[in-house]
Amino acid sequence: MRGDAQAHELIAPGNLAAVLELVASAPGEWTPIAGGTELMVAFASGKLGARKLVSLWGVPELRFIETKDKSIVIGAGTTFRDLRAHAALAAELPLLAKAASSIGSVANQSRATLGGNLVNGSPAADSSPALLAYDAEVEMVSLRGKRRVAYAEFHTGYKRNAMAKDELLYAVHVPLRFARHRQYLRKVGTRRAMAIAKLALAATALLEGGVVGEIRVAAASLAAFPTRLYQVEAVLLGNQVSKKIIHEARRALLSEAQPIDDIRSTAEYRRRVAANLLEEFLRALSGEGRPQ
Amino acid sequence: MSVAWPTISLTVNGHACAVAAPPLKRLLDVLREDLRLTGTKEGCGEGECGSCSVRMNGELVNSCLVPVLQAEGAHIQTVEELASSGILHPIQQAFLDCGGAQCGICTPGMLMAAAELLERHPHPTLAEIREGLAGNLCRCTGFLRIFASVLAAAAQAPDPEPDPEPDPEPDPEPGKAPHAR
Repeated sequence: MRGDAQAHELIAPGNLAAVLELVASAPGEWTPIAGGTELMVAFASGKLGARKLVSLWGVPELRFIETKDKSIVIGAGTTFRDLRAHAALAAELPLLAKAASSIGSVANQSRATLGGNLVNGSPAADSSPALLAYDAEVEMVSLRGKRRVAYAEFHTGYKRNAMAKDELLYAVHVPLRFARHRQYLRKVGTRRAMAIAKLALAATALLEGGVVGEIRVAAASLAAFPTRLYQVEAVLLGNQVSKKIIHEARRALLSEAQPIDDIRSTAEYRRRVAANLLEEFLRALSGEGRPQ
Repeated sequence: MSVAWPTISLTVNGHACAVAAPPLKRLLDVLREDLRLTGTKEGCGEGECGSCSVRMNGELVNSCLVPVLQAEGAHIQTVEELASSGILHPIQQAFLDCGGAQCGICTPGMLMAAAELLERHPHPTLAEIREGLAGNLCRCTGFLRIFASVLAAAAQAPDPEPDPEPDPEPDPEPGKAPHAR
């Protein structure tokens, strides 16, 4: 059944302080809506549960990209179109720029925001693997102030996160220390545009003296939320990327991944293709296979 | 319901408009029902097909996913604007010349997506055209005549200028079915 616009309240306070005050006045009652690419789809099918919505679209304090303290800081209200159009971001954080360009279509990218992608918390979120591979932090804001946590600790369960009911996502901080790392991101879906990922794998790795000195491997759609693959990382860290280690890393991934069967794919497909992507990255890292 | 809806002001195709509407009402419905601009079509109603594409402050959006309150103060361009001077926009003429339109449901959105693409990339590559129109589905033409229409319109544009945005990833094997990468 169609959603009924008259059954929902939507207000647009227009600035961050006013939104925070509203949210604090009745914690949990107001659902933030930014570009609407998720909530308006639910509304279309009559499945939007939230009756009271507060608009974050056009809140100027949330839409920015700046370089500060050797990080790129991205406001939560920044659209994927903004991310793609930012030359420094494309140069410094190629995985994030690539992720932004893989989301939906031009029209979706004009509206979908980075903050919305993270707060919505889909296991398949397109920006998440890149942000995990870059060791990003997220910054939350409320009337009580701002606080930062590692993005790897932001998602706490299926569609659950570390935010309190009076908090909004304010910004994402991505450290600029990966220029020397080998970087990898590959999304697997039914077509290049518009498809929600069957799975995606991102990684950054630094070789020091022939051994893996630093590594992060992250995935979408391999668990209830986007996550690092810590067992895979542990196998690789401190080792040369040999055939034997690649084999062990594959085995670690196959045991660590907890994908599900759903309308887009099967658990078995996700597991095997994720292992193949990992191997693709590791072969390139070892100098064998074509570089990414 | 006996509620006084807020009045939302926006500019549509250069004209200032004020609409009293439930704030979550879709921009698509405001355009078609309140403003009687029925050129914009509804396809899927969930942001997948691009039929309802319009431009909001210059950027292509799916009007089915825009609550009208979020269009407050915005400049909206619909397909009606393309020929508002009485002369077809080059992309419209190209669609006519190349058979880019068949049943017509996708056409208004396709034209808006193509017009926006041609502003960003006056001389787009085939890969850029495929990417720029990837969110607009057509079930009649098989897309090739639409791509040809965009190329024909681009051929009339003045000399190439440098692209303001970084190019998207090139299509590794044009002609082969696109797959996620």
